[in-house]
Amino acid sequence: MQEDPGLYAYWPYENRPKITWPGGARLAFWVAPNIEFYELNPAVNPHRRAWPRPVPDVVGYATRDYGNRVGHMRMMQVLDKYNVRGSISLSTALCEHHPEIIELCKERNWEFFSHGIYNTRYTYGMDESQEKAMIEDAIETIRRHTGQQCSGYLAPALTHSDITIDLFAEAGGIYTCDLFHDDQPTPINVRSGKKFVSVPYSLEMNDTIVYVVNKIEPRRYGEMLKANFDRLYAESEESGLVMCIPLHAYQVSHPHRLRAFEEALEYITGHSDVWVTTGREIAEYYLEHHYDEAVADIAAKGAA
Amino acid sequence: MPIDPSYLEYPHRSYGMDHEHYAWSMLTSRSPVAWPDNHRLAVWVNVAVQYFPLNQEGKPFAPVGGMTTAYPDLRHYTLREYGNRVGIFRLLRAFDQFAIKPTFAVSSRLAERYPYLIRRLVERGDEIICHGWHMDAPHFGGLDKEDEAALVEKSLRVLREATGQPVEGWLSPSRSQSEHTPDLLAANGVRYMCDWVNDDMPYRFETAAGALTAMPLSMELEDRFIIQANLHSETEYADQIIDAFDYLYAESSSTNGRMLALSIHPWVLGQPHRIGELERALKHIAGHDSVWSAGGMEICTAWQAAQA
Repeated sequence: MQEDPGLYAYWPYENRPKITWPGGARLAFWVAPNIEFYELNPAVNPHRRAWPRPVPDVVGYATRDYGNRVGHMRMMQVLDKYNVRGSISLSTALCEHHPEIIELCKERNWEFFSHGIYNTRYTYGMDESQEKAMIEDAIETIRRHTGQQCSGYLAPALTHSDITIDLFAEAGGIYTCDLFHDDQPTPINVRSGKKFVSVPYSLEMNDTIVYVVNKIEPRRYGEMLKANFDRLYAESEESGLVMCIPLHAYQVSHPHRLRAFEEALEYITGHSDVWVTTGREIAEYYLEHHYDEAVADIAAKGAA
Repeated sequence: MPIDPSYLEYPHRSYGMDHEHYAWSMLTSRSPVAWPDNHRLAVWVNVAVQYFPLNQEGKPFAPVGGMTTAYPDLRHYTLREYGNRVGIFRLLRAFDQFAIKPTFAVSSRLAERYPYLIRRLVERGDEIICHGWHMDAPHFGGLDKEDEAALVEKSLRVLREATGQPVEGWLSPSRSQSEHTPDLLAANGVRYMCDWVNDDMPYRFETAAGALTAMPLSMELEDRFIIQANLHSETEYADQIIDAFDYLYAESSSTNGRMLALSIHPWVLGQPHRIGELERALKHIAGHDSVWSAGGMEICTAWQAAQA
């Protein structure tokens, strides 16, 4: 274990090189639906139990399954209405289990990125070759079922090793959603020296964190999203920022919750100068236009 | 600790579910279900009438809503008893005021302990379903199958004898099941169960003793979940029920109905400061034309009829 993940240098928010987005937009806005498969009786990882109750944990399993049976279609209707393309954090085994959902996402030209094989298979305890195999399996599964090159990573159930991001970069990835240290994309140091970025995802705006961990009321979640947007939008007059809403259809698509989310989405997309985009497009644009300048600035400030 | 190579093998990684209990299906891909009189929304109010023993063993886990302090936990024992003595009568008045037809999921042990209450519910004519033996008698993975078979048989027999009803519905204590529970329920004449919260409509659930109907009783909309687990206010509770109702009412149509499943507890909503908020939610529901307030078995039967 190490004191610091070694992925980035301290780089203060103020006085950075200015970020601009396509078309003069101030704020890049993306929505990341997690499309997940949880196993009823998964192989046991000695470092983390999959379910709090003895198998079958009916409530835990069924709660997640609701997203696949009911939730995704409701969420798609809302995202369609406001012309938002999802960037899917995908349990890639879902391509095999529920190809109908994958087809609906493909029809919408949504982005697929890796969230592991199952959300009940954890990185903990894997050696390098095992984690590499899991990452490559997921990338290949996305390629085979969607034709897309997987660009982004959110580790399954947010379980990491010290080399997760190194391995993903070596497998061809260009961005990670696993880091919550900034409101702008930032260069990430990987052992191969490849260009790689962190694209701001958000734990605070993540519906599962909101509903399950922080136990927030549905209408208040809508207000939180608007407040998050308002401040980022205001600050983005100075330099481009990113807002992300990570979603889980088994949380936000419940009938007592979806309307409040929709109101927030309507509000956000009702603003001009908002680049409604995907994780990959943000990463690619940043790598091409801002990455080198950021690296130089970080180096200069670190030396000062 | 290293990971066994088998951890990267995925034996169920293929089309459909990773088990044989039910078929994979999306709500939007199913044939439409028209409710009686083409009502858009079936409203199923399931009242959990529960018994929590003072001498709780809590194995392998404490019951949801059970004792929490060292023995004797008089505070939680009596708070739950409050629901059966006082709270439920407030609920009955509220249901009658707004012409809501409840279903009662009863701990069978209550039929032995409080025959007055059982008679009172039976006289109303509402459906009674089995909520297990009592809240500290969980069904769980690893429970001996013979022991569980006896538990299911006794729970259903005692409640059927006490109520004179067929008792065809089942809600497990803490919604927990073993790998054998659905088989045992079907073998004992149960026709629908409420534990699997993975849908907003009924669906077919396979067992070794024939098919059951899964009737998903929303946990996210449960009073205990919202008020006790999430610590939301009673006002928030009613707002969330109203928002859920409005959403499902809008999603439904006269030829393709939806179901609003409300799980409530006399020991939660029967408190004086909360009952008014339940009444506010019920008033909102009752204020809409195309609402069918029905018992669990009625909804189950109507759904089954629409599958042919």
